[in-house]
Amino acid sequence: MPLTLTEKILASHSQRDSVSPGDNVWVDADVLMTHDVCGPGTIGVFKQHFGASAKVWDREKVVIIPDHYIFTADKMANRNVEVLRQFAAEQNIPYFYDVGTPRYKGVCHIALPEEGHTRPGEVLFGTDSHTCTAGAFGEFATGIGNTDAGFVMGAGKLWVKVPPTMRFVFHGELPPYLMAKDLILAVIGDIGCDGATYQAMEFDGDGVYALNIEERMTLCNMVIEAGGKNGVIAPDHVTLDFVNRRNAGNRPYNVHRSDPGARYCFEKVYDVSKLEPVVAKPHSPDNRAAVSEIQGTKLDRAYIGSCTGGKMTDFRAAARILAGKTVKIDTFVVPATSEIARGIREEKLNGKTLEQIFQSAGAKIGEPSCAACLGGPSDTFGRLNQAISCISTTNRNFPGRMGHKEARVFLASPLTVAASAVTGTIADPREFV
Amino acid sequence: MQKTITGQAYVLGDNVDTDQIIPAQYLTFNPAIPEEYRQFGKYALSSVPPAQAGLPKGHMPFHAEDEFVSPYKIIVAGKNFGCGSSREHAPIALNAAGIEAVIAEFYARIFFRNSVNGGYLIPFESSDRLCDAICTGDELRIDLAESRLDNLTTKEQWRLKPLGEVAPILEAGGLFPYARRVGMLK
Repeated sequence: MPLTLTEKILASHSQRDSVSPGDNVWVDADVLMTHDVCGPGTIGVFKQHFGASAKVWDREKVVIIPDHYIFTADKMANRNVEVLRQFAAEQNIPYFYDVGTPRYKGVCHIALPEEGHTRPGEVLFGTDSHTCTAGAFGEFATGIGNTDAGFVMGAGKLWVKVPPTMRFVFHGELPPYLMAKDLILAVIGDIGCDGATYQAMEFDGDGVYALNIEERMTLCNMVIEAGGKNGVIAPDHVTLDFVNRRNAGNRPYNVHRSDPGARYCFEKVYDVSKLEPVVAKPHSPDNRAAVSEIQGTKLDRAYIGSCTGGKMTDFRAAARILAGKTVKIDTFVVPATSEIARGIREEKLNGKTLEQIFQSAGAKIGEPSCAACLGGPSDTFGRLNQAISCISTTNRNFPGRMGHKEARVFLASPLTVAASAVTGTIADPREFV
Repeated sequence: MQKTITGQAYVLGDNVDTDQIIPAQYLTFNPAIPEEYRQFGKYALSSVPPAQAGLPKGHMPFHAEDEFVSPYKIIVAGKNFGCGSSREHAPIALNAAGIEAVIAEFYARIFFRNSVNGGYLIPFESSDRLCDAICTGDELRIDLAESRLDNLTTKEQWRLKPLGEVAPILEAGGLFPYARRVGMLK
C-alpha cells in the first residue's frame, strides 16, 4: 500500500510494514529533547515512575537545551536550570547545552539542527509545541507534555495515533518581498488555527525546494499554529548537505519520501509568485490580513527573534531593509542561538556587519534565548509589560502571549517587521526591497 | 474512574490557548513539587480576557484572586480548547484549581494527550455547541458510563461523545498505569 512520508516513518519505528491514519502504535524515539520550562516537571515524572536512581533509556538520545528563561534574575527560573544541570551530571548526558558555558546555545528548535540532532527518517519528541520545526529535515517531530516525556525518558517509546496527511504544494518563484513566514501565515489563514488538528502537514513543490533549510524550518515551525501534529518536507540535497555536515555521533539515518499514490486527506496548491505579504492580526495566528489592507496601523514596538523568526535568513532580510535607516519605534533583535549571534557579528552587508546595521538603525540586540516570544518573567528582554501594539516575527499572538494580556501582537515576516520598524506603522516591504 | 461528576459550570469560548490557561510567567513553578503544583491553581485561566471569562455574561472570575481552588468543577468551551503551547502546566493548572472535566467541541491534540496521559481531568467532546447553551454557574452532572450530560439547573440533557480509544487510559489513571496494564512497562 502506498504510504505518506509520515506514515512510513511511524511504520518503520513501530516494526510494521504499514500503518493507516487512526492506528494507535507504540513508536521508538530517536531523540527526546527537553528544556528549562518543561524539563524539571519531566524529570519529576521520570523519577516518580521509574525510581529515584533510574537511568534514562539512552543517555545519547536525551538532549537538554535550556533556552526559555535564561537572562533573568528570577530565582525560580534559575533554580529550574540548576535542576537540569544536576540531572545532566547525574545521568552523564553528553548533549547538555548549559547556560554560562561556551556550549550554551539558545532556542532549542534551532539548536537541535545546528548541533546535529535532526536527521531524516527519525522520530523526535520534544517538550515544546514547536518541536515540529524539525520536520524540515524529513523526520517525524512533534511536541509532547511532561508525562509523555517522562515516559519516553525511561521507556524510549510512546504511543502515537497515526495522523492523516494534508498536502500543501507551492509552485513558482518566490518574489524578493516574500518569505516562508508569508507562506505559512497564508496557509494558516486559509485553513484556520484548528484546520490541521490531529493531522500531518506535508509541504512539497518547486517553491518549497527553492527555499533554504532555515526557511523550510519556518514553514514546519508554524504547523502547530494550525493544530498540526507534525509538519514535514521530504529531504533533498540541501537537507542532506546540512545534516551530513552536522550529524552528532554520525548516526546512520534513512531517507523516506511519500509514495506515488499515497493517500492525502486534503490538498492545496499555491502559486507563490501571486501571494502578497501578510500579517496575522491580534489575537490569533489565523487572523490574516494582507499588509496592503492594514498598512499605516500605528505600532509601538517591533520584535525580531524566536525559533520562527530569529535565524540568519531572518536577520539578513531585516538588515536589507534596516541598512542606512533609523527605526521609529522600539525595536528588539534577539538571535535564536549563540551561533546566530556570532553570525550577526561577523556577516557583512555592504561592508557593515549585521550587528552594526541593527545598532546604527537604533535597534536593541539581546542575548540568544526565547526571550519575549512567550512573555516570561517580567524582566525578560523585549517583554510587553504594557498594553502596547507590537509587530513581531514570532509565532503566536493569543491574548497575553508576549506579556500583557491586553497587548496587541501582529505576526509578520522579518521583511515586513523591519519595514514597519522604520515607519512606525505597519508597512509594506515592497516599498523597501 | 468515578461514575458521575457533579458541579458548577464555568463557560469559555473558542480557541482558549494554553497561554490563557496558564500564562508563561508562572511556568517557573515546578509541578513535580507538591507546594508548587498547588500554585498553578491560583493562576489558572488568569490570562483569559475579562469579557470572555465566565460566559455568557463575562467578567466572572474563575476564583477569588487569592484562592487556589475554584468553586467551578466543569469547564464548558467551544472549539479547539487548549491550543498553542505544549505545556502540561495547562491541564495541571485546571486540575490544581479543582476542575474534574472539560466539555468542548474538540481539543488541540497536545492538551488532549496531556489531560489523558497525565490523568488530570476528563476531556469530553460534544457535537452540540454547549458553550452557547450552558451558563456559567449552572449545576451540571456528567454520567460517565452513559456519556450523558444533565443541566440540573435548566433540566436540559445532552449526549456527549463516547471517550472511545482513550477510555482505557483514563480508566487506568494515566499513561504509566495504562502502559503497565498492557505490558509496555514492567
